[in-house]
Amino acid sequence: MTQPTQDFILETRNLTKAFKGFTAVDDVNLKIQRGDIHALIGPNGAGKTTVFNLLTKFLQPTSGSILFNGDDITPLKPAAIARKGVIRSFQISAVFPHLSVLENVRIALQRKEGNSFHFWRSERILNRLNDKAMALLESVGLETFANSITVDLSYGRKRALEIATTLALEPELMLLDEPTQGMGHEDVGLVSDLIKKVSQERTILMVEHNLHVVSKLADRITVLQRGAILTEGDYASVSADPRVREAYMGTEADDVNAEATAEAAS
Amino acid sequence: MNNMKLNLFLLALALLAPTVLYPVFLAKVLCFALFACAFNLLLGFAGLLSFGHAAFLGTGGYVTGYLMINSGLTPEIAIILGTLAGGLLGAIFGKLAVKREGIYFAMVTLALAQLVFFFYLQAPFTNGEDGLQGVPRGALFGLIDLSNNMVMYYFVLTIFVAGYWLINRTVHSPFGQVLKAIRENEDRATSLGYDVNQYKWLAFVISAALAALAGSTKTLVFELASLTDVHWHMSGEVILMTLVGGVGTIFGPLLGAGFIVTMQNYLSGGEMGNYIHIIMGAVFVICVLSFRSGIVGQLMKFKRNNF
Ligand SMILES: Nc1ncnc2c1ncn2[C@@H]1O[C@H](COP(=O)(O)OP(=O)(O)OP(=O)(O)O)[C@@H](O)[C@H]1O
Ligand SMILES: [Mg+2]
Repeated sequence: MTQPTQDFILETRNLTKAFKGFTAVDDVNLKIQRGDIHALIGPNGAGKTTVFNLLTKFLQPTSGSILFNGDDITPLKPAAIARKGVIRSFQISAVFPHLSVLENVRIALQRKEGNSFHFWRSERILNRLNDKAMALLESVGLETFANSITVDLSYGRKRALEIATTLALEPELMLLDEPTQGMGHEDVGLVSDLIKKVSQERTILMVEHNLHVVSKLADRITVLQRGAILTEGDYASVSADPRVREAYMGTEADDVNAEATAEAAS
Repeated sequence: MNNMKLNLFLLALALLAPTVLYPVFLAKVLCFALFACAFNLLLGFAGLLSFGHAAFLGTGGYVTGYLMINSGLTPEIAIILGTLAGGLLGAIFGKLAVKREGIYFAMVTLALAQLVFFFYLQAPFTNGEDGLQGVPRGALFGLIDLSNNMVMYYFVLTIFVAGYWLINRTVHSPFGQVLKAIRENEDRATSLGYDVNQYKWLAFVISAALAALAGSTKTLVFELASLTDVHWHMSGEVILMTLVGGVGTIFGPLLGAGFIVTMQNYLSGGEMGNYIHIIMGAVFVICVLSFRSGIVGQLMKFKRNNF
């Protein structure tokens, strides 16, 4: 074995993805410390979502490897990686729109019951999962919506439901792709509080454009630019890096300041 | 009216119907209704459009017909074996098809079904264009003679109820829940740890087996297994029945099958017979254009808006 890999829950080695000659992810060596909230940031098209797709094997890497708890998981299929405890969310909200809110969470709880191929049994046997599902909905403040059809929820609540569904699997590592994207100020606050809360017992890797959220949540930040890692560190060091300011923050640093002021004012 | 009450009402109707209508016609409707329900399990609840379901209907029919003619088996055993043969064929089709998405899935099922069609066209035991004629209905459990149409009808009704029950149960089972989740958001289901292709495959096998059950039963009713049942027209017809009735609804395929079979019977008798395909085509176009959710879907919408 090489270095004390076990401190890192997830590691990539020379991870590369080329689309027909265009390298979207370029030789990325990522190390995620167990227990951290690790943010992956970078301008649009930097390759952040592609990294997520590689980590969860929704895309096949061109080269390089992925280690989870020291084990090489590169050859595994997406569902198998999920069963290992790496659960991802998607950039656009990923719920089951025409199932009820409760059923959304229950579908995640159901997997470990081992009855998911039982087509001859009544779905009523799933009712024994309802209490657990309700508890999860409570933890994200959705208990009053349990019987609503998911499609009717507001965007922020859908994202909260997504987190509850993910939590149902008790993942060791949660991958969140822009959990606050497209949200109003209030929802951003709610979801980032929620992420903080659920990060207690697990590791989170998140893509996030809202630097205010990043500054509040992230223990460590990796900056991606044109598929390659530009720099890495805590918020203070990353935001002070002139290359980062040039590549990324030039346009958005003002947003951060504006938000900070707005918050101070309120 | 909830589903349970409606089911009981329909059952009462089905029990009394042969006092008014010709039992062989009713049995035909039930066979196609079962076929459509089996197809709808796949399209409506797993989101998979098969364009090859005739292969299963036909396989059930040929296997059962062949066994009734050539072996001393009783009809219930011949039907079970026909059903299993369809399920087995479905297992192979499914294995090859579920890896594909959308239109490619439909194309793979169509291509495989065409292979099956040419096999039955050439195979020595199917009698080519003539088909297996004069299939004996035999005696149920060796005891109950099925040659009486009334008896046959109630036998078909029993099979239909069993098949219909299984489809409903599948839809409302833990497996059905996963299937719905996959239909709603396949990537999310994967990311929750479900091997979606295995679930699609099982749905395909169940659907194929029940389609074969319909075909087996139909062969006994008409005492005939022929190429019509494996022709791609038949695959198209079941799509039509399902869409006209209302895809993804429990009752839609029943109604759609009843509607189409009635129309065919009515038209093929009269001078309109030559135009039957044109008329069916027109019905299809009208349905797709004006009420995309089918008759049942439309009724449900009406009910939602007015009560
Ligand atoms: N399947 C694909 N085929 C070809 N090119 C792709 C594919 N997926 C992503 N890309 C390209 O790879 C680059 C990185 O895309 P990616 O979605 O990973 O960026 P991102 O950092 O997530 O951006 P954003 O902040 O906009 O979400 C983009 O140029 C994109 O067009
Ligand atoms: Mg992205």
